[in-house]
Amino acid sequence: MDGSTDLKNAGPAQTYSGPPDYRVVGRHGVFPETTHDEIARLNFLAHMNRHLATRVMPAVKTAWERRAGPVFETREGRPPRDRHEVRKALLDDPYYQAWSALRRATMEQRQQAGRWTALRQAETLAAKVEALIATSDRLELDPTLPIPRYVSAVDHHCMPGSYHREVFPGDVSGAANYDSGIFATTGGALGRFSDGGGHAVVNWVKHNLPDFRPRHILDIGANLGQNVLPIAQAIPDAEVIALDVGAPMLRYGAARARSLGVDNVRFVQGDGSDLSRWPDGRFDWVQTTMTLHELSLTSMKAIFREIHRVLAPGGIVLHVEQPQYGPDMPLFEQAMRDWDAFYNNEPFWSTMHELDIDGFMIEAGFDRANLIHGGVTAVVDRDVFPDAADDEGEDYGRKAAWHVIGARK
Amino acid sequence: MSIDLALALSSAKPAGKRPYFMDPPVERVLNILMATVQELAVTRERLDTLERLLEAKGIVDRAGIEAFAPTPDQAAERGLWMQEYLNRVLRTVQQEAEALQTHDELASEEVAVEVSRLDA
Repeated sequence: MDGSTDLKNAGPAQTYSGPPDYRVVGRHGVFPETTHDEIARLNFLAHMNRHLATRVMPAVKTAWERRAGPVFETREGRPPRDRHEVRKALLDDPYYQAWSALRRATMEQRQQAGRWTALRQAETLAAKVEALIATSDRLELDPTLPIPRYVSAVDHHCMPGSYHREVFPGDVSGAANYDSGIFATTGGALGRFSDGGGHAVVNWVKHNLPDFRPRHILDIGANLGQNVLPIAQAIPDAEVIALDVGAPMLRYGAARARSLGVDNVRFVQGDGSDLSRWPDGRFDWVQTTMTLHELSLTSMKAIFREIHRVLAPGGIVLHVEQPQYGPDMPLFEQAMRDWDAFYNNEPFWSTMHELDIDGFMIEAGFDRANLIHGGVTAVVDRDVFPDAADDEGEDYGRKAAWHVIGARK
Repeated sequence: MSIDLALALSSAKPAGKRPYFMDPPVERVLNILMATVQELAVTRERLDTLERLLEAKGIVDRAGIEAFAPTPDQAAERGLWMQEYLNRVLRTVQQEAEALQTHDELASEEVAVEVSRLDA
């Protein structure tokens, strides 16, 4: 129940710039039900994340400049050589410790809150998903698919069970937890359906590639499809494949898409490093959105080779990621961006962000002259949600502002 | 059965050794404290909803809540509650203070030895 008739003139709402109330979240047929207290828990976490980013974290830089940095230089007789030396020096600083401990606690609380909500209705959710996908040909699972080491070794972003484990056959509680809790981690910056990245890609392509008319589209590491659905909706006559290794995510994603009325996406369980089920030149567009940093070096190279093979001549590949660590990025910023790699179970994040992605794409067969570079911010309903394009702050790896790295074959 | 799943698994540890940024016992207390802080926010939001619903039904006037002034008896009752509350919450500090006043206090483990001796 919303007690106000006109939010814009309701007093405090006029100057309010924090995360929106969770109740604006987009719901679909398999979205978990949430009690008042469960919503309040996520509201708290959205605010906690914002507070940490805007009120607590900025002084980590002060602690580095005035304390941890000088301590390092006095001890070593030289400035730090790389971001790892900066991060390890920061680990001894009490302020970095406090910020880190609070950030980790908030991450764990977010998982606990979402898991409680999803698990207490796990059997109901599984039944709802089953009812939606039972008669659908939009889901293709492969129970024999090996789960890659880079997914199974540690649970990404401290999400117990990661993308692939289920508590009972047909369980989708991990996906429901991911879907319903991401709002708290991002403070709503990804929009109602956590699809602001997908909408950003659609807008970027419309603006930068106005003549691009893809018929066959492949999204690798599609997760529950939140970022590929906007693409499928924008190009309704295209046939879209959402590929992922995690069966529970795909089951939930297929049911979610069906309930949202999107029927041109097929959810396929598979590993992007082996696209042999598709012939050379099959796809006009291959997309990855926040996927590269969750791979391994070996798999990323194999995926790049396969992408080049399955792209049609003139086809486009686009990777959306947080900015790379270049020589222009201060070591302190690199160290801060590495936090998620080491303390939020994103083990490839650090290495991936220092790689020469252009070089790997050229090695995979693309011409340097055909490489694509751009930048996007999440596209959200600005009346309700915070817009990353308006935000001058930086949350080192969490902000909904990304780089586009791609190529035309 | 789903509630049993939630009770057993909602607080599960993710795979991957946990980093500690402080002394682990200190960080443990911080983690418990932050969960408590979260639950206070949950209660505050519920109370806010309750007040607004009651006001919408004409039962409670929120401005009246802000302007409420207790009678001396009510204030005394509240004051007593606050004293009892602080006593309970700060139990450990009171006991630490009492310990400072004692001399040569024995631990139960020491007394256990003493009272178990045949010649005691």
